[in-house]
Amino acid sequence: MTSIFFSLVQREARLLCRRPAELINPLVFFSLVLVLFPLAVGPESRLLQSISPGLIWVAALLAVLLSLDALFRSDFEDGSLEQWAVSSRALSWLVLTKVLAHWLFSGLPLVLLSPLLALMLGLPSEHIPVLVLSLLLGTPVLSLLGAVGAALTVGLKRGGLLLALLTLPLYIPVLIFGSGALQAELQGFSPLGYLLWLASLTVLAVTLTPFAIAAGLRIGLSE
Amino acid sequence: MEQIIHAGKPINACEVPISYGLKLDTLSCERDSRLLFEHLSLDLSSGSMLQVMGPNGSGKTSLLRILAGLMPPSEGAVRLESNSGSSVMPLNQMLLWMGYATGIKMLLTAEENLSWLCSLHQQPQSQSQIWQALAAVGLRGFEDVPCYSLSAGQQRRVALARLYLNPPPLWILDEPFTALDPQGVTQLEQHLVRHCEAGGLVILTTHHTLTLTPARFTTLALGS
Amino acid sequence: MNWTWFHRLSAPKSFYEVSGRWLPWLTGLMLVLMLTGLLWALVFAPADYQQGNSFRIIYIHVPAAFLAQSVYLMLAVAGLVGVVWKIKLADVALQQAAPIGAWMCALALITGAIWGKPTWGTWWVWDARLTSMLILLFLYIGIIALGQAISNRESAARACAVLAIVGVVNLPIIKYSVEWWNTLHQPATFKLTEKPSMPAEMWWPLLILVLAFYCFFAVVLLMRMRLEILKREARTSWVQAALKTLVGNNA
Repeated sequence: MTSIFFSLVQREARLLCRRPAELINPLVFFSLVLVLFPLAVGPESRLLQSISPGLIWVAALLAVLLSLDALFRSDFEDGSLEQWAVSSRALSWLVLTKVLAHWLFSGLPLVLLSPLLALMLGLPSEHIPVLVLSLLLGTPVLSLLGAVGAALTVGLKRGGLLLALLTLPLYIPVLIFGSGALQAELQGFSPLGYLLWLASLTVLAVTLTPFAIAAGLRIGLSE
Repeated sequence: MEQIIHAGKPINACEVPISYGLKLDTLSCERDSRLLFEHLSLDLSSGSMLQVMGPNGSGKTSLLRILAGLMPPSEGAVRLESNSGSSVMPLNQMLLWMGYATGIKMLLTAEENLSWLCSLHQQPQSQSQIWQALAAVGLRGFEDVPCYSLSAGQQRRVALARLYLNPPPLWILDEPFTALDPQGVTQLEQHLVRHCEAGGLVILTTHHTLTLTPARFTTLALGS
Repeated sequence: MNWTWFHRLSAPKSFYEVSGRWLPWLTGLMLVLMLTGLLWALVFAPADYQQGNSFRIIYIHVPAAFLAQSVYLMLAVAGLVGVVWKIKLADVALQQAAPIGAWMCALALITGAIWGKPTWGTWWVWDARLTSMLILLFLYIGIIALGQAISNRESAARACAVLAIVGVVNLPIIKYSVEWWNTLHQPATFKLTEKPSMPAEMWWPLLILVLAFYCFFAVVLLMRMRLEILKREARTSWVQAALKTLVGNNA
């Protein structure tokens, strides 16, 4: 099991690094959305600071969603997923590995970029650790839930908008707990409760979503 | 047989001590309320080759996908049975499936593709074995070339190199001759016949007329 | 336990026959309950001492909200049955129930907004219940959109089943998180359904109407499922025979 895990991570890493635009585009999108808000609501720093938890989380959520649209599509089109499905390996393990590898290369850079943008929105630097921690716990859930949507829409020609429609309602708890943690911190309360909730959502998503992703992919393959 | 599977060792056609058979039990396939085929029953035993024929849209690919377990049949069942004890064997440990889309990633090199597919399918893999297989399909010198810069025929050959890498015994191949040149076609035909004679089982679709067939060769015409 | 009756009933033909026998009775029951409930609720029940007559909208709002939530649960159960036991009737039930649930959800939202205007002085407040109902509506729309986007009928049904199951696991988390969010941001002052003491003469018609709405759902669902089964099995001889008798009766 471990050797297949490493060769799959290696394969995903090679594929992502040979098409770097797919890695960079979500990051640019994330930054762009956050630049739009000061332009839309005005540069008043008190206002920006008070709404910054929500802004950062909404932008992160959309950027993750955007990066997931193509998650399974090329594997579906070139027949790789068929090979996964007929192999004697458990498809749910393979997809879990793939999604986590994808998160490592697209979600993690987003988390690392967020402090810079948060500072630009006027978030005091002592709150940065909570922001990073909440994103670190929350973005894997976003990736896994989005992968369920991506799997269910894998065979469709234009699945992008549908993917958003299916996935965004499921993202709501992560959004509430993620931005809630930061808001609590800003108002001087302990963000611990929110972070623990995010952690349990992560555990839940890692345990349950691989089965849904695998089921969704098998449905797409049986078309 | 059981022991081999439990040990997680790859099953080589040449090592299979007992014969086995693929049983198609009253298979029916309905696509978008159009009946492609109905009550299809067939017994295929090791050492034989089945060519599925029929016009476009007659359900050849659907049948192959059902046999490979990618698609559920509307009715009926597919079973892989060993002839001695008639016990049911897990299909996916015995199967090598190659669809029309072969599962070759364009961004990876020929060697990277094969080494990933081998570790996915628990076929033994060493760099020298992969290079030998690539040489066997006429791709010597292309090991480190990304597949997008290969021609369509060469990409097909990369996928076919899996057939030379200590493969499992049951091969289901959808249009394996696509994009191959005449010399490649002959070589593949020879390889398929050799595999059948060593106790393997080959099921394929092709529009091309096979010039070389094993002793136990059947054709199945769909859509008639 | 003997399950043969279940499998026999789940065959399209016998379902069509049995549901055809149930349908008139169910429709009758629904009409009786609905008329009694509405008459009682709108005419005889006393007006609320604070809200006057405007409170009467809860007699539509509450049953619709109940139904919207339980239909979603039913979707997931039907999806599970369809995925695990490969019963096609469950797939049909799932896809035919989803639009009814979505309409009930919309009805609950609209009545909530209408009630909100005289009570809160605004059409919409980010009340926890209303917000969860809005999210539920989006979950319904997702299922319906997915079902329509996939052209293969069986794939569509199975994809919807997976989505419904994922949704139903998420639903309690969504509800809980929205409630938490709501209490933190604006302490709820006045809730639509939680009356501390509702007298029995207000309570009874509500109960009857909830039952009436469930019956209404059952009737509409059975009718939709029967129509869908006729469409799906159009090639079979029993459908052709059934259609002949239907046309013959009308002529």
